[in-house]
Amino acid sequence: MKFTRRDFLTTAAKGALITALPAGAIKFLGPDEVRADIDSSGKVRWAFLVDTFKCVGCGLCVKACKNENETPYGAPVTRTWVERYIIKKNGEMLADTPLGARDGFTDNKVRGDEVDPKDIGKAFFVPKLCNQCDSPPCVQVCPVGATYQVGDGVVLVDRSWCIGCGYCIMACPYGVRFFHPVHKVAEKCNFCYHRITKGMQTACVDACPFGARKIGNLKDPEDPVTKIVLTERVGVLKSEYGTKPQVYYLGLDENVR
Amino acid sequence: MIAEAAQHAEVAVHGMEWTVKELFTYPNEFIYWTIQIVMYPFLTGLVAGAFVLSSLYHVFGQDDLKDIAKFSLLFSFALLLVAPMPLLFHLQQPQRNWEVMLTPHFTSAIAAFGMVFSVYMAIVASEIWFVYRKFFVERVNELKNKEGLGNAILKLIYTILTLGVFDVSERALHKDERAVKMLAGIGIPVACFLHGYAGFIFGSVKANALWMTPLMPVIFIMSAIVSGIALCLLTYIVIMEWQKFQITRHGRRSWHMSADEVKGAEIDMVRKVSKYLIGFLVAAITLELLDLIFRGYTAVKSWDILRSVIYGKDFFNIFVLQYSIGNLVPFVLLLLPGLTVKRTVLATLLVLFGVFMMRWNVVIGGQAFSLTFAGYMHYHLPIIPHDAETFKEGLFGALLMGGLPFVFFWIFNKIIPSLKYK
Ligand code: SF4
Ligand code: SF4
Repeated sequence: MKFTRRDFLTTAAKGALITALPAGAIKFLGPDEVRADIDSSGKVRWAFLVDTFKCVGCGLCVKACKNENETPYGAPVTRTWVERYIIKKNGEMLADTPLGARDGFTDNKVRGDEVDPKDIGKAFFVPKLCNQCDSPPCVQVCPVGATYQVGDGVVLVDRSWCIGCGYCIMACPYGVRFFHPVHKVAEKCNFCYHRITKGMQTACVDACPFGARKIGNLKDPEDPVTKIVLTERVGVLKSEYGTKPQVYYLGLDENVR
Repeated sequence: MIAEAAQHAEVAVHGMEWTVKELFTYPNEFIYWTIQIVMYPFLTGLVAGAFVLSSLYHVFGQDDLKDIAKFSLLFSFALLLVAPMPLLFHLQQPQRNWEVMLTPHFTSAIAAFGMVFSVYMAIVASEIWFVYRKFFVERVNELKNKEGLGNAILKLIYTILTLGVFDVSERALHKDERAVKMLAGIGIPVACFLHGYAGFIFGSVKANALWMTPLMPVIFIMSAIVSGIALCLLTYIVIMEWQKFQITRHGRRSWHMSADEVKGAEIDMVRKVSKYLIGFLVAAITLELLDLIFRGYTAVKSWDILRSVIYGKDFFNIFVLQYSIGNLVPFVLLLLPGLTVKRTVLATLLVLFGVFMMRWNVVIGGQAFSLTFAGYMHYHLPIIPHDAETFKEGLFGALLMGGLPFVFFWIFNKIIPSLKYK
């Protein structure tokens, strides 16, 4: 990220100093003002829509994400991943996500054990990514403010500022955060912020051959994602934590963790 | 699967080294907070406990604690210097640690660390100064007429320590006493805050089913006091034994009491302090059990996985090591009539072990289950280090942290003999 939060704050602080000094006072920016300054339009709120009915568990999104965002390919950590759920006829739930499903699900084995298709009641795939929560606990707990939320809702990490304490990793109920193996700072999905702010799609959306993933702007009533969120029955993950997640799911099952 | 991934990994993923995953876990989940994060609350706990012990004398006038009070005050300071080091050791970017002070983000519990810590440090340091001010002045006067480089250096150190205040009149000393009392008084809530706040760091993580409870800070404070008292008592005994040994070897002249007198004073102190220890131990265990019972009774969504960890995977750690060996056994040892020094040594060692296990079971136990509630993670403490990370977050890194306070105390005690000085 070229324009870090620190850069921003320094610029903002300088700007504030210059404008305020003649008046004889130093102006400190509150968090809301900082936020408003980053996106003053208030016309964008990025959100994500996952149609689990369409996902086939090919893992192309995970591959694309790893390449796009330079997450070491062999490392088990990943910004986005796909989970497979198998609910047997006897009610038993099996779930796995080997290497985040980077190579897709290609056989009937769950952790090495063959599952007989005759025993399966239902099975489906659930892609996961950062929920860019409306009240993100990861931002709340960061002791230095290296994790922060932009006015358009996306939560970002400043790599030049993170001290690597791991508090945010502990605080995220969705397990989306990890330490970047190379940069040694907190890392997570940011909706390909470098792409969406230039009018492009995220890498995973582009990579999905089945249209299971969509990104959109909730503030735009004409946006296809907004239309679906407003008119169809969508679910979110772990709402009980009060995080107000902004990744919406079609066809969410109660077994999904 | 993980082992295979490790082979392909171009670079090490933090946590992979010591985490073994079981069943369904998210891909990014590892044990990120390891032994150093166990050491951190353990050490701050000892600081707070040692300070509270010394304050029992200074503030509440528990005269029976007079001798140990001065010693535990100095010891508390030695511990305090080490307390933030485990945190530093565990950071991925330790060189940026100052950012916590420079750009604190106050919605974070960790952000207040710098402030709470500095305030507490200032209180303990100034209390020590007021307690030993007279001693510094006396030393300077003593050393005035002595020759030699060593004495000159010592004189310089003591002169600096007086901070230029040489007034040791009755009135000034009386003022000192008042200041000590006041500082010790303010210190108690601050010590409790320092440690309760360590509990808050965990208790406020809503994503962690084991950590999240408002009781956490209180539980931490109680066990902190328990461990602090135990450590002070233990160190006190060790020092007294050493002095007895010295006296019998060199005869009386090196010490102002005979071996028998030392022994009498020692067992007296041991019996008194152990009473306080028992009291706080009961309070700590009560709170912990309350927490456990409450969780079982309310049995919210996370209880299934928590139960399987508490009564299954971690049963040995929690019920055998922590509650039985670490709490119950020393409790009985201390309660049985005719308390001896040897028995106290064993009891305090077990109490310290029990509190350490409690920290372990909170920090590591809190990461023993996956956020999916359908999988587990096992922590394998790196013993023999093969790189910086496995040293820092391994057994030897932890031992280093555990040993440093004693080194500091040993050095401080050369300048401020906290046990000899009356
Ligand atoms: S999903 Fe996790 S990392 Fe993403 S915003 Fe929410 S709490 Fe933060
Ligand atoms: S790891 Fe980095 S981003 Fe996360 S809480 Fe710590 S300093 Fe903030």
